[in-house]
Amino acid sequence: MSFDEPEQELSQFRRRVLVAGGFVMVCFTLLAARFAWLQVSRYDYYHTRAEDNRIALVPIVPNRGLITDRNGVVLARNYAAYTLEITPSALKNVDATIDGLAEIVEIQPKDRRRFKKILDESKNFESVPIRTRLTDEEVARLIARRFQFPGVEVNARLFRDYPNGTLASHFLGYIGRINDRDMKRIEDREEEANYRGTDHIGKTGLEQSYEAELHGITGFEEVEVDAGGRAVRLLRRTAPVAGNNLVLTVDLELQKVAEEAFGNRRGAMVAIEPGSGAVLALVSAPGFDPNLFVDGISTQDWDALNNSPDHPLINRALNSANPPGSTFKPFMALAALTTGKRTAQQVISDPGYFDFGGHRFRDDKVGGHGLVNMYQSIAQSCNTYYYKLAADMGIEQIAAFMTRFDFGSRTGIDLEGESSGVLPSPEWKKRRFKRPEQQKWYAGETISVGIGQGYNAYTPLQLAHATATLAAGGVVYKPHLVRYVEDVRSGEKRMIEPNPVADLHLKPEHLAEIRRGMVGVNLEGTGRRAFAGVPYLVAGKTGTAQVYSLRGGRYKASEVRERLRDHSLYIAYAPADAPKIALAVLVENGGFGASAAAPIARQVLDYYLLGKRAGTPAPEDADAPGDADAP
Amino acid sequence: MTDRRFDPRRWLMLIVEPLDPALLLLLSLLLSYAFMLMVSASPERMESQMINSAVAVTVMWVAARMPAQRILALALPVYVVGVLLLVAVALFGEISKGAQRWLDLGVARIQPSELMKIAAPLMLAWYFQQREGMIRAREFIVAGGLLLLPVGLIVKQPDLGTALLVAAAGFYVLFFAGLSWKLILPIAAVAIVGIGSIVGFGDRICQPDVDWVVLHGYQKNRVCTLLDPTQDPLGKGFHIIQSTIAIGSGGVFGKGWQAGTQTHLSFIPERHTDFIFAVLGEEFGLTGAVVLLVLYLLLILRGCVIAAQAPTLATRLLAGAITMIFFTYAFVNMGMVSGILPVVGVPLPFISYGGTALVTLCLGLGILMSINRSYLMSK
Repeated sequence: MSFDEPEQELSQFRRRVLVAGGFVMVCFTLLAARFAWLQVSRYDYYHTRAEDNRIALVPIVPNRGLITDRNGVVLARNYAAYTLEITPSALKNVDATIDGLAEIVEIQPKDRRRFKKILDESKNFESVPIRTRLTDEEVARLIARRFQFPGVEVNARLFRDYPNGTLASHFLGYIGRINDRDMKRIEDREEEANYRGTDHIGKTGLEQSYEAELHGITGFEEVEVDAGGRAVRLLRRTAPVAGNNLVLTVDLELQKVAEEAFGNRRGAMVAIEPGSGAVLALVSAPGFDPNLFVDGISTQDWDALNNSPDHPLINRALNSANPPGSTFKPFMALAALTTGKRTAQQVISDPGYFDFGGHRFRDDKVGGHGLVNMYQSIAQSCNTYYYKLAADMGIEQIAAFMTRFDFGSRTGIDLEGESSGVLPSPEWKKRRFKRPEQQKWYAGETISVGIGQGYNAYTPLQLAHATATLAAGGVVYKPHLVRYVEDVRSGEKRMIEPNPVADLHLKPEHLAEIRRGMVGVNLEGTGRRAFAGVPYLVAGKTGTAQVYSLRGGRYKASEVRERLRDHSLYIAYAPADAPKIALAVLVENGGFGASAAAPIARQVLDYYLLGKRAGTPAPEDADAPGDADAP
Repeated sequence: MTDRRFDPRRWLMLIVEPLDPALLLLLSLLLSYAFMLMVSASPERMESQMINSAVAVTVMWVAARMPAQRILALALPVYVVGVLLLVAVALFGEISKGAQRWLDLGVARIQPSELMKIAAPLMLAWYFQQREGMIRAREFIVAGGLLLLPVGLIVKQPDLGTALLVAAAGFYVLFFAGLSWKLILPIAAVAIVGIGSIVGFGDRICQPDVDWVVLHGYQKNRVCTLLDPTQDPLGKGFHIIQSTIAIGSGGVFGKGWQAGTQTHLSFIPERHTDFIFAVLGEEFGLTGAVVLLVLYLLLILRGCVIAAQAPTLATRLLAGAITMIFFTYAFVNMGMVSGILPVVGVPLPFISYGGTALVTLCLGLGILMSINRSYLMSK
């Protein structure tokens, strides 16, 4: 390894330089091959990776559609407000950050509780609001000190607002933050993409049933983001399409008149336009303020609503199924005429009771109504007439007739969660009960059904719907709350056309006879006091639904605790000769139909037909003669 | 010198005369490339990089003007001072990013390990010159010891990248001095088997509880991250993943100057220093990368020619070693940025931002020029 000869050493060195040069060439070729592999062979892959890196899709939430009544009065709208939001994943200590923020803006314990609640329901990397509806001053203070709070943002967001508070709250419904169940529904409809960025969804009422119309189409911004995820540049923007507006068939003034007529009482009222199915008013009393739900309801508010004995969250119009009581009688009478079991002139004798199968069914009037024809049976609400009729018809025939009026089945109104009620029949009993002895239909049960008691249970909506069908000459229209859906961009109006579901092919003379009886109710019968001096012709029927069975004893309202009192019912349509409105009123524990429900109906009809407001009572009301108010 | 009138041509000659035209041309091309990339990667550092370049070129000029024998005469003192500084760093050095590399001299913070990249081969070349004509195994052992002393001190800092470069620089001197193939081949074999087994058993040896004894945890991580960057895409693997995406997405012709999305959206870490090649690959594509490879090749070729022509043993060894240092820098840096070598802190020669490395590299160039001048004068 030594070089005694310089020449030998030099040539050895030069060989080594050549070796080194060869090594350099090999290494650089290796590098060039690597570059070629990355930049040519795998170019598509890395190009895509680089694009994915830099481009983020940011959803732009569309404006939710407005809801207005038939006259353009706004029921639901949006307004922009600033929210203070926290992204928990970007923070070390969420509580310390909230404490820090609390020194700048007011953060109440209830804000913290709501924050925790939303936090539990959301994913860690989403921003969660700690305060909503910040004032301009609060925003200014926060912006000035924003640098102290990484992971905290002030965002402008659209909020839903229900300017009328509790008015019309039940059919209007509300929106709330999307929870797991809503998410599943969205996934089932394959709308996940359209709900990116959307926090809220319709939970009840029209907000829920017309969610697809109201939501709109989410827009997207393609933004270039840097490694820190911050938007650097807008590349492309697809504008959102605002949700469609709903214009309702409801007259909000009429709704207001009806709700005020209820006062503090519990109950429901549905008014429908015969011949179209347009719902004019739909009341469930008491109501609630839907605004409470928009930001996530606080625990106290929720408990107050949920635990109230008045159950303000239940939509009684759709879900409170009760025996219709005597309001069932006009339909029974029509069934009798249609099936030929009775003629209008046929007279029965009412001794004040009806014996059947060893049981005595009593009339409300001691000693009975004497000789009673169909007109009198309706006007005076004679039970014995219908006991006998029910016995003659039999349950099968009654059920077959009543089902055509949608008694016991959903009306198909454009709201979710409607109850179907109960139209009793032997088949129904078989389905309803498990034990064989319970499944058997007893003939005595038919007698109760005949006067709208027993297993009968219908919602106020079903009663109003049936009354509207009666008013429309036997044509069934599907009830609906929305008059048309308005496309905000094109201005196109999609009308919800009257939808005649079925024509019952009733005979005009039969309908006329029923109308005569129902008009008689208000002229000389059970409704005469409530409708004293009415300038238009009203076809109506009072009713009382038993809440508490008194087992044959006489019922005295004053002796029964208020919650056990009978429900008061009233159905009507007017003007009787050319119906514009049909309605059903339920006043829970209101006692006789004539005393509680009928006056509410009168106020609604007076306003709708005459434009007359409550508080200007007709003088005739004061000294109406007699006290023959019967169920 | 009797004529005191200012003669621009004479002054220009005085300035240009010591410089090798080929090396000067290649350096200007490389620095121009560097400025272009700097405008894209980090325009705010342009001014600073221009000052660095001016200083480095001045150092090069000074070295180039110095006769090769004077440079070699400095070998021993520079080596001794360098080793003493390394000891001082170990005792009083500043800790930065978990390693003790810097020495604060009051006026400037210096990194003595950087000096060793030139001082070590210089020392070895000088030593072999002293023993010319009687270089036996003993001389190689002494030379090896002279090399391992600073390398060991640098490994201890710890700075694996610099230690490797210094060791490589010294090894090149040994290689050119005629180190027996019987010794080189086993070392190469061990290295290949070692790297092969790390790649082959990467899964097992990269388990967190496996201690690699000779290497620090972060060095182990670098190797393991290279073996499988996707294991830790947001942490240690991020650098390699993003730089390979940048290079790959550049394609054949690149995305265009200042149009690299990976670069401009901060996906490339340290894009102005060690990872600047990713910027080049993204914006100028395969074309730009090959152009750079060719520039380095020409530089190395010129270095080899100078080495082959060098008049004395020491100048030959030094020229060969310096030339191979340029290669080592370039290969290790491009290899790590393109994901075939572990991430060790080696800058891209003449391109990466940073004064220290540039000064070292230009000093090397200046020494090459000086050696070339001694050849021209000896003719």
